[in-house]
Amino acid sequence: MAKRIDVKDLNVYYGNFKAVEDVSMTVEPRSVTAFIGPSGCGKSTFLRTLNRMHEVIPGGRVEGSVMLDEEDLYSAKVDPVSVRRTVGMVFQRPNPFPTMSIFDNVAAGLRLNGVKNRKVVTETVEKSLRGANLWNEVKDRLDKPGAGLSGGQQQRLCIARAIAVQPEVMLMDEPCSALDPISTLAIEDLIVSLKDEFTIVIVTHNMQQAARVSDRTAFFNLAATGKPGRLIEIDDTATIFSNPVQKATEDYISGRFG
Amino acid sequence: MSSITGRSTVDQVPGPTGDVPRGRRRLGDTLFGGAANLSGVVVIAIVALTGVFLATRAVPSLLDDKVNFLTSTEWVPEPGNLRFGILQILWTTVSISVMAMIIAVPLGVLNALFLTQYAPRWLARPAASVIDLLAAIPSIVYGLWGIQVFAPHLTGLQKAVNDGLGWFPLFEGPISAGTIFIAGIVLAIMVLPIITALSREVFAQTPAANKEGALALGATKWEMIRTAVLPFGRAGVVSASMLGLGRALGETIAITIIVSSVAPGTDFFASWLQGGETFASKIANNAAEFNDPSSTGAYIAAGLVLFVLTFVVNAIARVIVNRRKAFA
Ligand SMILES: Nc1ncnc2c1ncn2[C@@H]1O[C@H](COP(=O)(O)OP(=O)(O)OP(=O)(O)O)[C@@H](O)[C@H]1O
Ligand SMILES: [Mg+2]
Repeated sequence: MAKRIDVKDLNVYYGNFKAVEDVSMTVEPRSVTAFIGPSGCGKSTFLRTLNRMHEVIPGGRVEGSVMLDEEDLYSAKVDPVSVRRTVGMVFQRPNPFPTMSIFDNVAAGLRLNGVKNRKVVTETVEKSLRGANLWNEVKDRLDKPGAGLSGGQQQRLCIARAIAVQPEVMLMDEPCSALDPISTLAIEDLIVSLKDEFTIVIVTHNMQQAARVSDRTAFFNLAATGKPGRLIEIDDTATIFSNPVQKATEDYISGRFG
Repeated sequence: MSSITGRSTVDQVPGPTGDVPRGRRRLGDTLFGGAANLSGVVVIAIVALTGVFLATRAVPSLLDDKVNFLTSTEWVPEPGNLRFGILQILWTTVSISVMAMIIAVPLGVLNALFLTQYAPRWLARPAASVIDLLAAIPSIVYGLWGIQVFAPHLTGLQKAVNDGLGWFPLFEGPISAGTIFIAGIVLAIMVLPIITALSREVFAQTPAANKEGALALGATKWEMIRTAVLPFGRAGVVSASMLGLGRALGETIAITIIVSSVAPGTDFFASWLQGGETFASKIANNAAEFNDPSSTGAYIAAGLVLFVLTFVVNAIARVIVNRRKAFA
Protein backbone atom coordinates (compact mmCIF):
# COMPACT_ATOMS: atom_id res chain seq x y z
CA MET A 1 0.00 0.00 0.00
CA ALA A 2 1.85 3.06 1.25
CA LYS A 3 4.73 4.18 -0.93
CA ARG A 4 8.02 6.01 -0.54
CA ILE A 5 8.44 9.40 -2.16
CA ASP A 6 11.86 10.38 -3.46
CA VAL A 7 12.30 13.92 -4.74
CA LYS A 8 15.47 14.91 -6.59
CA ASP A 9 16.60 18.41 -7.57
CA LEU A 10 13.12 19.74 -8.05
CA ASN A 11 12.52 23.24 -9.42
CA VAL A 12 8.96 24.50 -9.66
CA TYR A 13 7.83 27.37 -11.87
CA TYR A 14 4.79 29.54 -12.44
CA GLY A 15 5.51 30.68 -16.00
CA ASN A 16 8.94 32.30 -15.72
CA PHE A 17 8.77 32.73 -11.97
CA LYS A 18 10.72 30.11 -10.09
CA ALA A 19 8.73 29.51 -6.92
CA VAL A 20 10.68 26.59 -5.46
CA GLU A 21 14.31 25.73 -6.07
CA ASP A 22 16.39 22.66 -5.81
CA VAL A 23 14.44 20.49 -3.39
CA SER A 24 15.56 16.95 -2.66
CA MET A 25 13.99 14.82 0.05
CA THR A 26 12.78 11.36 0.90
CA VAL A 27 9.46 10.60 2.56
CA GLU A 28 9.22 7.16 4.15
CA PRO A 29 6.13 5.02 3.70
CA ARG A 30 3.68 4.93 6.64
CA SER A 31 5.04 8.08 8.15
CA VAL A 32 3.78 11.61 8.65
CA THR A 33 5.95 14.38 7.30
CA ALA A 34 5.17 17.99 8.15
CA PHE A 35 6.17 20.98 6.02
CA ILE A 36 6.64 24.20 7.93
CA GLY A 37 7.93 27.60 6.92
CA PRO A 38 6.91 31.22 6.46
CA SER A 39 4.09 32.23 4.15
CA GLY A 40 5.01 32.29 0.48
CA CYS A 41 8.01 29.99 0.76
CA GLY A 42 6.43 27.47 -1.58
CA LYS A 43 5.09 24.74 0.72
CA SER A 44 1.78 24.48 -1.11
CA THR A 45 3.47 24.77 -4.46
CA PHE A 46 5.87 21.97 -3.67
CA LEU A 47 3.17 19.79 -2.13
CA ARG A 48 1.10 20.08 -5.29
CA THR A 49 3.97 18.77 -7.40
CA LEU A 50 3.71 15.46 -5.53
CA ASN A 51 0.43 14.59 -7.24
CA ARG A 52 0.90 16.67 -10.38
CA MET A 53 -1.76 19.16 -9.36
CA HIS A 54 0.73 21.95 -9.94
CA GLU A 55 0.44 21.67 -13.71
CA VAL A 56 -3.30 22.33 -13.50
CA ILE A 57 -2.41 26.00 -13.05
CA PRO A 58 -1.73 27.69 -16.41
CA GLY A 59 2.03 28.09 -16.84
CA GLY A 60 2.80 25.68 -14.01
CA ARG A 61 5.77 23.42 -14.74
CA VAL A 62 8.38 21.35 -12.98
CA GLU A 63 12.03 20.33 -13.50
CA GLY A 64 13.63 17.40 -11.72
CA SER A 65 12.18 14.10 -10.64
CA VAL A 66 9.66 12.77 -8.14
CA MET A 67 9.83 9.01 -7.64
CA LEU A 68 6.98 7.06 -6.11
CA ASP A 69 8.74 3.84 -5.20
CA GLU A 70 10.19 2.92 -8.60
CA GLU A 71 8.02 5.11 -10.77
CA ASP A 72 8.96 8.60 -11.95
CA LEU A 73 5.76 10.66 -11.70
CA TYR A 74 6.98 13.06 -14.34
CA SER A 75 8.11 10.56 -16.96
CA ALA A 76 6.38 11.02 -20.29
CA LYS A 77 4.65 7.65 -19.99
CA VAL A 78 2.82 8.56 -16.79
CA ASP A 79 -0.73 9.88 -16.94
CA PRO A 80 -1.33 12.65 -14.36
CA VAL A 81 -4.84 11.32 -13.82
CA SER A 82 -3.55 7.99 -12.57
CA VAL A 83 -1.00 9.76 -10.38
CA ARG A 84 -3.83 11.62 -8.66
CA ARG A 85 -5.66 8.38 -8.05
CA THR A 86 -2.59 7.10 -6.23
CA VAL A 87 -1.73 10.30 -4.41
CA GLY A 88 -4.78 11.88 -2.82
CA MET A 89 -5.14 15.43 -1.59
CA VAL A 90 -7.03 17.40 1.03
CA PHE A 91 -7.18 21.15 0.61
CA GLN A 92 -6.89 24.04 3.01
CA ARG A 93 -10.54 25.04 2.60
CA PRO A 94 -13.04 22.19 2.75
CA ASN A 95 -14.36 21.73 -0.79
CA PRO A 96 -17.14 19.13 -0.85
CA PHE A 97 -19.03 19.11 -4.15
CA PRO A 98 -21.89 21.49 -3.40
CA THR A 99 -24.46 19.78 -5.59
CA MET A 100 -23.87 16.32 -4.12
CA SER A 101 -25.18 14.59 -1.02
CA ILE A 102 -22.85 13.46 1.74
CA PHE A 103 -23.00 9.93 0.38
CA ASP A 104 -22.32 10.99 -3.20
CA ASN A 105 -19.41 13.14 -2.13
CA VAL A 106 -17.66 10.15 -0.63
CA ALA A 107 -18.69 7.93 -3.53
CA ALA A 108 -17.52 10.44 -6.15
CA GLY A 109 -14.01 9.05 -6.43
CA LEU A 110 -15.27 5.47 -6.60
CA ARG A 111 -17.63 6.35 -9.40
CA LEU A 112 -14.79 8.06 -11.26
CA ASN A 113 -12.89 4.79 -10.89
CA GLY A 114 -15.79 2.95 -12.47
CA VAL A 115 -16.98 1.14 -9.34
CA LYS A 116 -20.66 0.50 -10.04
CA ASN A 117 -21.57 -2.29 -7.61
CA ARG A 118 -23.97 -0.71 -5.11
CA LYS A 119 -22.95 -2.96 -2.26
CA VAL A 120 -19.26 -2.19 -2.71
CA VAL A 121 -19.96 1.53 -2.97
CA THR A 122 -22.15 1.56 0.16
CA GLU A 123 -19.63 -0.43 2.16
CA THR A 124 -16.72 1.73 1.07
CA VAL A 125 -18.61 4.92 1.87
CA GLU A 126 -19.36 3.71 5.37
CA LYS A 127 -15.81 2.51 5.91
CA SER A 128 -14.37 5.81 4.68
CA LEU A 129 -16.72 7.89 6.82
CA ARG A 130 -15.81 5.76 9.83
CA GLY A 131 -12.16 6.17 8.93
CA ALA A 132 -12.64 9.92 8.88
CA ASN A 133 -14.43 9.86 12.26
CA LEU A 134 -17.56 11.27 10.73
CA TRP A 135 -19.86 8.27 10.48
CA ASN A 136 -21.71 8.76 13.75
CA GLU A 137 -22.46 12.37 12.97
CA VAL A 138 -23.84 11.85 9.46
CA LYS A 139 -25.14 8.28 9.29
CA ASP A 140 -28.75 9.48 9.55
CA ARG A 141 -28.48 12.12 6.87
CA LEU A 142 -26.32 10.65 4.13
CA ASP A 143 -28.69 11.98 1.48
CA LYS A 144 -28.42 15.58 2.69
CA PRO A 145 -26.12 18.06 0.96
CA GLY A 146 -22.48 17.92 1.97
CA ALA A 147 -22.33 21.69 2.02
CA GLY A 148 -24.80 21.69 4.93
CA LEU A 149 -22.22 20.31 7.38
CA SER A 150 -20.08 22.42 9.68
CA GLY A 151 -16.62 23.42 8.52
CA GLY A 152 -14.90 20.71 10.55
CA GLN A 153 -17.36 18.08 9.37
CA GLN A 154 -16.90 19.21 5.78
CA GLN A 155 -13.16 18.83 6.12
CA ARG A 156 -13.56 15.31 7.49
CA LEU A 157 -15.97 14.64 4.64
CA CYS A 158 -13.22 15.68 2.23
CA ILE A 159 -10.81 13.37 4.02
CA ALA A 160 -13.35 10.54 3.71
CA ARG A 161 -13.72 11.34 0.04
CA ALA A 162 -9.95 11.17 -0.40
CA ILE A 163 -9.45 7.90 1.49
CA ALA A 164 -12.39 6.21 -0.24
CA VAL A 165 -10.30 5.67 -3.36
CA GLN A 166 -7.55 3.97 -1.32
CA PRO A 167 -4.62 6.18 -2.33
CA GLU A 168 -1.06 5.25 -1.39
CA VAL A 169 -0.14 8.74 -0.30
CA MET A 170 -2.23 11.50 1.23
CA LEU A 171 -1.28 15.17 0.84
CA MET A 172 -2.86 17.69 3.19
CA ASP A 173 -2.44 21.43 2.75
CA GLU A 174 -3.18 23.14 6.08
CA PRO A 175 -6.22 20.92 6.61
CA CYS A 176 -7.04 22.48 9.99
CA SER A 177 -6.46 26.15 9.32
CA ALA A 178 -10.17 26.89 8.96
CA LEU A 179 -11.24 24.79 11.94
CA ASP A 180 -11.88 25.18 15.65
CA PRO A 181 -9.57 23.49 18.20
CA ILE A 182 -11.89 20.51 18.74
CA SER A 183 -12.23 19.72 15.05
CA THR A 184 -8.50 20.25 14.75
CA LEU A 185 -7.82 17.66 17.42
CA ALA A 186 -10.25 15.27 15.73
CA ILE A 187 -8.36 15.62 12.48
CA GLU A 188 -4.97 15.30 14.15
CA ASP A 189 -6.10 12.03 15.76
CA LEU A 190 -7.28 10.95 12.38
CA ILE A 191 -3.93 11.74 10.77
CA VAL A 192 -2.10 9.67 13.35
CA SER A 193 -4.42 6.72 12.77
CA LEU A 194 -4.26 7.01 8.99
CA LYS A 195 -0.50 6.65 9.20
CA ASP A 196 -0.93 2.89 9.49
CA GLU A 197 -2.17 2.77 5.94
CA PHE A 198 -0.95 5.81 4.10
CA THR A 199 2.10 7.92 3.59
CA ILE A 200 1.06 11.36 4.79
CA VAL A 201 2.48 14.78 4.01
CA ILE A 202 0.95 17.73 5.79
CA VAL A 203 1.58 21.46 5.46
CA THR A 204 0.96 23.41 8.64
CA HIS A 205 1.58 26.79 10.20
CA ASN A 206 0.95 25.35 13.61
CA MET A 207 4.22 24.22 15.24
CA GLN A 208 2.46 22.29 17.97
CA GLN A 209 0.52 20.47 15.35
CA ALA A 210 3.68 19.54 13.48
CA ALA A 211 5.20 18.39 16.76
CA ARG A 212 2.10 16.37 17.69
CA VAL A 213 1.42 14.51 14.50
CA SER A 214 4.57 14.24 12.46
CA ASP A 215 7.53 11.86 12.47
CA ARG A 216 9.65 14.07 10.26
CA THR A 217 9.56 17.81 9.71
CA ALA A 218 10.81 19.78 6.74
CA PHE A 219 11.54 23.48 7.08
CA PHE A 220 11.23 25.66 3.99
CA ASN A 221 12.37 29.25 3.73
CA LEU A 222 12.98 31.91 1.17
CA ALA A 223 15.83 34.38 1.05
CA ALA A 224 13.64 37.36 0.12
CA THR A 225 10.30 38.00 -1.52
CA GLY A 226 10.49 37.26 -5.22
CA LYS A 227 13.25 34.72 -4.60
CA PRO A 228 12.46 31.02 -4.86
CA GLY A 229 11.72 29.05 -1.72
CA ARG A 230 14.18 26.35 -0.64
CA LEU A 231 14.22 23.37 1.64
CA ILE A 232 16.42 24.38 4.55
CA GLU A 233 16.45 21.10 6.42
CA ILE A 234 14.48 17.96 7.02
CA ASP A 235 14.94 15.71 10.01
CA ASP A 236 13.14 13.80 12.72
CA THR A 237 10.56 16.07 14.25
CA ALA A 238 12.12 15.77 17.69
CA THR A 239 15.47 16.86 16.33
CA ILE A 240 14.04 19.78 14.35
CA PHE A 241 12.25 21.12 17.39
CA SER A 242 14.99 20.55 19.95
CA ASN A 243 18.24 20.66 18.12
CA PRO A 244 18.08 21.84 14.50
CA VAL A 245 21.26 22.06 12.45
CA GLN A 246 20.42 25.32 10.71
CA LYS A 247 20.24 28.63 12.49
CA ALA A 248 17.27 29.74 10.33
CA THR A 249 15.26 26.74 11.48
CA GLU A 250 15.94 27.46 15.10
CA ASP A 251 14.99 31.13 14.65
CA TYR A 252 11.75 30.21 12.94
CA ILE A 253 10.76 27.62 15.51
CA SER A 254 11.52 29.81 18.46
CA GLY A 255 9.58 32.67 16.89
CA ARG A 256 12.61 34.85 16.32
CA PHE A 257 11.93 34.89 12.65
CA GLY A 258 12.43 37.87 10.34
CA MET B 1 -25.46 29.54 -3.30
CA SER B 2 -24.43 28.65 0.19
CA SER B 3 -20.94 29.50 1.25
CA ILE B 4 -18.19 27.06 1.93
CA THR B 5 -19.18 26.85 5.59
CA GLY B 6 -22.66 25.84 4.58
CA ARG B 7 -24.28 29.01 5.90
CA SER B 8 -23.47 32.27 4.18
CA THR B 9 -23.30 35.49 6.10
CA VAL B 10 -26.06 36.73 3.84
CA ASP B 11 -28.38 34.42 5.76
CA GLN B 12 -27.99 36.57 8.84
CA VAL B 13 -28.79 39.84 7.10
CA PRO B 14 -32.36 40.93 7.78
CA GLY B 15 -34.75 39.96 5.05
CA PRO B 16 -36.93 42.25 2.97
CA THR B 17 -39.59 42.34 5.66
CA GLY B 18 -37.18 44.60 7.48
CA ASP B 19 -36.91 42.70 10.74
CA VAL B 20 -34.06 44.95 11.77
CA PRO B 21 -33.47 45.32 15.47
CA ARG B 22 -35.44 48.33 16.65
CA GLY B 23 -33.89 51.66 15.90
CA ARG B 24 -33.50 54.16 13.15
CA ARG B 25 -33.39 52.69 9.67
CA ARG B 26 -30.74 54.29 7.60
CA LEU B 27 -31.85 56.64 4.85
CA GLY B 28 -29.91 54.89 2.09
CA ASP B 29 -31.34 51.55 3.12
CA THR B 30 -34.87 52.93 3.02
CA LEU B 31 -34.41 54.58 -0.36
CA PHE B 32 -32.79 51.58 -1.94
CA GLY B 33 -35.25 49.13 -0.47
CA GLY B 34 -38.12 51.33 -1.60
CA ALA B 35 -36.76 51.62 -5.13
CA ALA B 36 -36.22 47.87 -5.35
CA ASN B 37 -39.71 47.09 -4.08
CA LEU B 38 -41.24 49.67 -6.39
CA SER B 39 -39.58 48.30 -9.51
CA GLY B 40 -40.67 44.80 -8.50
CA VAL B 41 -44.26 45.98 -8.14
CA VAL B 42 -44.12 47.83 -11.46
CA VAL B 43 -42.92 44.74 -13.32
CA ILE B 44 -45.63 42.57 -11.81
CA ALA B 45 -48.24 45.23 -12.60
CA ILE B 46 -47.15 45.45 -16.22
CA VAL B 47 -47.38 41.69 -16.65
CA ALA B 48 -50.76 41.54 -14.91
CA LEU B 49 -52.18 44.41 -16.95
CA THR B 50 -50.99 42.80 -20.17
CA GLY B 51 -52.82 39.64 -19.18
CA VAL B 52 -55.95 41.55 -18.27
CA PHE B 53 -55.88 43.52 -21.53
CA LEU B 54 -55.47 40.35 -23.59
CA ALA B 55 -58.18 38.51 -21.69
CA THR B 56 -60.81 41.30 -21.83
CA ARG B 57 -60.34 41.80 -25.55
CA ALA B 58 -60.22 38.10 -26.35
CA VAL B 59 -63.14 36.78 -24.30
CA PRO B 60 -66.02 38.30 -26.36
CA SER B 61 -64.62 36.87 -29.58
CA LEU B 62 -63.94 33.51 -27.92
CA LEU B 63 -67.57 33.34 -26.81
CA ASP B 64 -68.71 34.03 -30.37
CA ASP B 65 -66.37 31.44 -31.87
CA LYS B 66 -68.41 28.98 -33.97
CA VAL B 67 -65.69 26.30 -33.86
CA ASN B 68 -63.61 24.90 -30.99
CA PHE B 69 -60.83 27.37 -30.28
CA LEU B 70 -58.37 24.72 -29.12
CA THR B 71 -58.97 21.92 -31.61
CA SER B 72 -59.95 23.63 -34.84
CA THR B 73 -57.54 24.39 -37.66
CA GLU B 74 -59.82 26.92 -39.32
CA TRP B 75 -58.96 30.59 -39.21
CA VAL B 76 -61.73 32.73 -40.73
CA PRO B 77 -62.41 35.48 -38.18
CA GLU B 78 -65.24 37.05 -40.17
CA PRO B 79 -67.29 39.50 -38.07
CA GLY B 80 -70.65 37.92 -37.36
CA ASN B 81 -69.42 34.44 -38.31
CA LEU B 82 -66.25 33.92 -36.30
CA ARG B 83 -64.51 30.63 -37.04
CA PHE B 84 -61.04 30.39 -35.59
CA GLY B 85 -58.99 27.70 -33.89
CA ILE B 86 -55.33 27.53 -32.88
CA LEU B 87 -54.41 23.87 -33.24
CA GLN B 88 -52.21 24.30 -36.31
CA ILE B 89 -50.69 27.54 -35.05
CA LEU B 90 -49.90 26.06 -31.69
CA TRP B 91 -48.31 23.04 -33.32
CA THR B 92 -46.20 25.17 -35.65
CA THR B 93 -45.08 27.49 -32.86
CA VAL B 94 -44.14 24.66 -30.54
CA SER B 95 -42.46 22.65 -33.32
CA ILE B 96 -40.22 25.49 -34.45
CA SER B 97 -39.27 26.40 -30.89
CA VAL B 98 -38.64 22.82 -29.84
CA MET B 99 -36.49 22.23 -32.86
CA ALA B 100 -34.54 25.42 -32.21
CA MET B 101 -33.99 24.33 -28.60
CA ILE B 102 -32.96 20.80 -29.55
CA ILE B 103 -30.19 22.30 -31.64
CA ALA B 104 -29.29 25.43 -29.71
CA VAL B 105 -29.14 24.15 -26.10
CA PRO B 106 -26.54 21.40 -26.58
CA LEU B 107 -24.60 23.54 -29.01
CA GLY B 108 -24.69 26.54 -26.68
CA VAL B 109 -23.59 24.46 -23.69
CA LEU B 110 -20.78 22.85 -25.67
CA ASN B 111 -19.71 26.27 -26.93
CA ALA B 112 -19.70 27.62 -23.40
CA LEU B 113 -17.71 24.63 -22.13
CA PHE B 114 -15.22 25.05 -24.93
CA LEU B 115 -14.83 28.77 -24.29
CA THR B 116 -14.45 28.42 -20.52
CA GLN B 117 -12.71 25.06 -20.05
CA TYR B 118 -10.81 24.16 -23.19
CA ALA B 119 -9.97 27.19 -25.34
CA PRO B 120 -6.66 28.93 -24.70
CA ARG B 121 -7.14 32.48 -23.48
CA TRP B 122 -6.05 34.12 -26.74
CA LEU B 123 -8.80 32.25 -28.57
CA ALA B 124 -11.57 32.33 -25.95
CA ARG B 125 -12.11 36.08 -25.99
CA PRO B 126 -12.34 36.67 -29.74
CA ALA B 127 -14.43 33.53 -30.20
CA ALA B 128 -16.85 34.68 -27.51
CA SER B 129 -17.17 38.10 -29.15
CA VAL B 130 -17.93 36.53 -32.50
CA ILE B 131 -20.75 34.51 -30.97
CA ASP B 132 -22.06 37.59 -29.17
CA LEU B 133 -22.06 39.38 -32.53
CA LEU B 134 -24.61 36.87 -33.80
CA ALA B 135 -27.05 38.46 -31.38
CA ALA B 136 -26.57 41.85 -32.99
CA ILE B 137 -27.77 40.77 -36.44
CA PRO B 138 -31.36 42.01 -37.00
CA SER B 139 -33.92 39.25 -37.35
CA ILE B 140 -34.98 40.45 -40.79
CA VAL B 141 -31.48 39.64 -42.00
CA TYR B 142 -31.78 36.15 -40.54
CA GLY B 143 -35.11 35.79 -42.30
CA LEU B 144 -33.84 36.84 -45.70
CA TRP B 145 -30.66 34.82 -45.36
CA GLY B 146 -32.65 31.82 -44.17
CA ILE B 147 -35.01 31.68 -47.12
CA GLN B 148 -32.74 33.03 -49.87
CA VAL B 149 -29.36 31.54 -49.03
CA PHE B 150 -29.82 28.76 -46.51
CA ALA B 151 -33.04 27.08 -47.64
CA PRO B 152 -31.74 26.04 -51.08
CA HIS B 153 -28.90 24.10 -49.39
CA LEU B 154 -31.44 22.05 -47.45
CA THR B 155 -33.53 21.02 -50.44
CA GLY B 156 -31.62 17.77 -50.92
CA LEU B 157 -31.63 16.86 -47.25
CA GLN B 158 -35.34 17.55 -46.81
CA LYS B 159 -36.12 15.50 -49.89
CA ALA B 160 -34.02 12.61 -48.64
CA VAL B 161 -35.71 12.68 -45.24
CA ASN B 162 -39.10 12.78 -46.92
CA ASP B 163 -38.21 9.89 -49.25
CA GLY B 164 -36.95 7.71 -46.44
CA LEU B 165 -39.27 8.63 -43.57
CA GLY B 166 -42.25 10.15 -45.36
CA TRP B 167 -44.58 7.54 -43.77
CA PHE B 168 -43.97 9.21 -40.41
CA PRO B 169 -46.31 12.22 -39.86
CA LEU B 170 -43.44 14.55 -38.89
CA PHE B 171 -41.81 14.07 -42.30
CA GLU B 172 -44.82 13.94 -44.59
CA GLY B 173 -44.82 15.78 -47.93
CA PRO B 174 -45.45 17.79 -49.93
CA ILE B 175 -42.38 19.81 -48.98
CA SER B 176 -43.05 23.56 -48.79
CA ALA B 177 -40.62 26.23 -49.96
CA GLY B 178 -40.17 27.51 -46.43
CA THR B 179 -40.52 24.74 -43.86
CA ILE B 180 -40.69 24.44 -40.10
CA PHE B 181 -37.43 22.53 -40.38
CA ILE B 182 -35.58 25.46 -41.98
CA ALA B 183 -37.12 27.95 -39.59
CA GLY B 184 -36.11 25.80 -36.62
CA ILE B 185 -32.48 25.78 -37.70
CA VAL B 186 -32.38 29.51 -38.39
CA LEU B 187 -34.04 30.18 -35.05
CA ALA B 188 -31.47 27.95 -33.36
CA ILE B 189 -28.72 30.18 -34.74
CA MET B 190 -30.61 33.22 -33.52
CA VAL B 191 -30.94 32.02 -29.91
CA LEU B 192 -27.48 30.43 -29.77
CA PRO B 193 -25.72 33.62 -28.59
CA ILE B 194 -28.04 34.08 -25.59
CA ILE B 195 -27.64 30.51 -24.45
CA THR B 196 -23.90 30.51 -25.05
CA ALA B 197 -23.27 33.82 -23.31
CA LEU B 198 -25.27 33.01 -20.18
CA SER B 199 -23.95 29.45 -19.89
CA ARG B 200 -20.44 30.74 -20.35
CA GLU B 201 -21.01 33.18 -17.52
CA VAL B 202 -22.08 30.49 -15.04
CA PHE B 203 -19.48 27.92 -16.09
CA ALA B 204 -16.73 30.50 -15.69
CA GLN B 205 -17.83 31.02 -12.10
CA THR B 206 -17.34 27.41 -11.04
CA PRO B 207 -15.17 27.71 -7.92
CA ALA B 208 -11.60 26.59 -8.60
CA ALA B 209 -11.79 24.66 -5.30
CA ASN B 210 -14.50 22.40 -6.74
CA LYS B 211 -12.64 21.81 -9.97
CA GLU B 212 -9.41 21.02 -8.14
CA GLY B 213 -11.32 18.76 -5.78
CA ALA B 214 -12.47 16.67 -8.70
CA LEU B 215 -9.06 16.65 -10.38
CA ALA B 216 -7.35 15.63 -7.14
CA LEU B 217 -9.61 12.58 -7.00
CA GLY B 218 -8.21 11.50 -10.34
CA ALA B 219 -10.89 12.91 -12.61
CA THR B 220 -10.05 13.44 -16.24
CA LYS B 221 -10.88 16.81 -17.71
CA TRP B 222 -14.28 15.62 -18.91
CA GLU B 223 -15.03 13.91 -15.59
CA MET B 224 -14.06 17.10 -13.80
CA ILE B 225 -16.52 19.02 -15.98
CA ARG B 226 -19.20 16.46 -15.23
CA THR B 227 -18.68 16.41 -11.47
CA ALA B 228 -17.90 20.08 -10.85
CA VAL B 229 -18.72 22.41 -13.73
CA LEU B 230 -22.00 21.08 -15.11
CA PRO B 231 -23.80 20.59 -11.77
CA PHE B 232 -22.69 24.05 -10.72
CA GLY B 233 -24.00 25.59 -13.93
CA ARG B 234 -27.21 23.57 -14.21
CA ALA B 235 -29.62 26.21 -12.94
CA GLY B 236 -27.92 28.84 -15.08
CA VAL B 237 -28.19 26.69 -18.19
CA VAL B 238 -31.91 26.18 -17.55
CA SER B 239 -32.43 29.92 -17.16
CA ALA B 240 -30.41 30.59 -20.29
CA SER B 241 -32.47 28.08 -22.24
CA MET B 242 -35.69 29.67 -21.03
CA LEU B 243 -34.58 33.10 -22.19
CA GLY B 244 -33.68 31.55 -25.53
CA LEU B 245 -37.00 29.76 -25.71
CA GLY B 246 -38.86 32.96 -24.90
CA ARG B 247 -37.09 34.60 -27.79
CA ALA B 248 -37.90 31.66 -30.06
CA LEU B 249 -41.59 31.58 -29.15
CA GLY B 250 -41.99 35.27 -29.83
CA GLU B 251 -39.77 35.63 -32.91
CA THR B 252 -41.84 37.21 -35.67
CA ILE B 253 -40.09 38.72 -38.67
CA ALA B 254 -37.67 35.90 -39.45
CA ILE B 255 -40.44 33.31 -39.19
CA THR B 256 -42.84 35.39 -41.24
CA ILE B 257 -40.28 35.60 -44.02
CA ILE B 258 -39.10 31.99 -43.90
CA VAL B 259 -42.14 29.81 -43.32
CA SER B 260 -44.62 29.52 -46.21
CA SER B 261 -48.19 29.99 -45.13
CA VAL B 262 -50.75 27.31 -45.91
CA ALA B 263 -54.28 27.76 -47.22
CA PRO B 264 -56.73 28.51 -44.41
CA GLY B 265 -58.87 25.54 -43.46
CA THR B 266 -56.33 22.89 -44.47
CA ASP B 267 -56.76 19.77 -42.33
CA PHE B 268 -54.34 19.45 -39.45
CA PHE B 269 -50.92 18.15 -40.42
CA ALA B 270 -47.92 17.49 -38.22
CA SER B 271 -45.17 17.60 -40.82
CA TRP B 272 -42.04 19.64 -40.17
CA LEU B 273 -41.40 19.66 -43.89
CA GLN B 274 -44.37 21.91 -44.50
CA GLY B 275 -45.10 25.53 -43.73
CA GLY B 276 -47.51 27.12 -41.33
CA GLU B 277 -47.78 30.11 -39.08
CA THR B 278 -46.76 30.75 -35.51
CA PHE B 279 -48.76 32.90 -33.13
CA ALA B 280 -46.48 35.85 -33.76
CA SER B 281 -46.32 35.46 -37.53
CA LYS B 282 -50.08 34.88 -37.77
CA ILE B 283 -50.70 38.18 -36.05
CA ALA B 284 -48.06 40.03 -38.09
CA ASN B 285 -49.30 38.62 -41.40
CA ASN B 286 -52.85 39.80 -40.75
CA ALA B 287 -52.29 43.18 -39.12
CA ALA B 288 -54.33 44.67 -41.97
CA GLU B 289 -57.48 42.90 -40.74
CA PHE B 290 -57.56 44.56 -37.33
CA ASN B 291 -60.52 46.75 -38.33
CA ASP B 292 -63.34 45.02 -36.50
CA PRO B 293 -63.19 44.42 -32.71
CA SER B 294 -64.52 40.88 -33.00
CA SER B 295 -62.01 39.71 -35.62
CA THR B 296 -59.22 41.58 -33.83
CA GLY B 297 -60.30 39.67 -30.74
CA ALA B 298 -59.49 36.43 -32.51
CA TYR B 299 -55.91 37.53 -33.01
CA ILE B 300 -55.71 38.79 -29.46
CA ALA B 301 -56.91 35.39 -28.29
CA ALA B 302 -53.98 33.91 -30.21
CA GLY B 303 -51.70 36.39 -28.46
CA LEU B 304 -53.15 35.35 -25.13
CA VAL B 305 -52.26 31.72 -25.79
CA LEU B 306 -48.68 32.75 -26.58
CA PHE B 307 -48.63 34.71 -23.32
CA VAL B 308 -49.87 31.72 -21.32
CA LEU B 309 -47.51 29.36 -23.13
CA THR B 310 -44.52 31.51 -22.18
CA PHE B 311 -45.73 31.52 -18.59
CA VAL B 312 -46.13 27.78 -18.44
CA VAL B 313 -42.69 27.23 -19.91
CA ASN B 314 -41.13 29.53 -17.34
CA ALA B 315 -43.00 27.86 -14.51
CA ILE B 316 -41.70 24.47 -15.62
CA ALA B 317 -38.20 25.89 -15.70
CA ARG B 318 -38.60 27.22 -12.15
CA VAL B 319 -39.67 23.79 -10.98
CA ILE B 320 -36.66 22.19 -12.63
CA VAL B 321 -34.31 24.71 -11.07
CA ASN B 322 -35.86 24.47 -7.61
CA ARG B 323 -36.19 20.72 -7.46
CA ARG B 324 -32.71 20.28 -6.07
CA LYS B 325 -32.37 23.69 -4.55
CA ALA B 326 -31.02 22.34 -1.27
CA PHE B 327 -28.02 21.19 -3.25
CA ALA B 328 -27.25 24.43 -4.99
N1 LIG C 1 -1.17 30.52 -9.12
C1 LIG C 1 -0.01 31.16 -8.94
N2 LIG C 1 0.53 31.87 -9.94
C2 LIG C 1 1.71 32.52 -9.76
N3 LIG C 1 2.42 32.51 -8.63
C3 LIG C 1 1.94 31.80 -7.60
C4 LIG C 1 0.70 31.09 -7.69
N4 LIG C 1 0.47 30.48 -6.51
C5 LIG C 1 1.50 30.80 -5.72
N5 LIG C 1 2.40 31.59 -6.36
C6 LIG C 1 3.66 32.11 -5.81
O1 LIG C 1 4.49 31.04 -5.46
C7 LIG C 1 5.17 31.32 -4.23
C8 LIG C 1 4.91 30.20 -3.26
O2 LIG C 1 3.51 30.20 -2.94
P1 LIG C 1 2.85 29.07 -2.05
O3 LIG C 1 1.40 29.26 -2.11
O4 LIG C 1 3.40 27.76 -2.47
O5 LIG C 1 3.40 29.43 -0.62
P2 LIG C 1 3.07 28.74 0.78
O6 LIG C 1 4.37 28.38 1.39
O7 LIG C 1 2.08 27.66 0.60
O8 LIG C 1 2.43 29.94 1.57
P3 LIG C 1 1.28 29.90 2.68
O9 LIG C 1 1.91 29.41 3.91
O10 LIG C 1 0.86 31.33 2.80
O11 LIG C 1 0.21 29.02 2.17
C9 LIG C 1 4.68 32.68 -3.76
O12 LIG C 1 5.62 33.64 -4.14
C10 LIG C 1 3.40 32.87 -4.53
O13 LIG C 1 3.19 34.24 -4.78
MG1 LIG D 1 -0.02 27.40 1.14
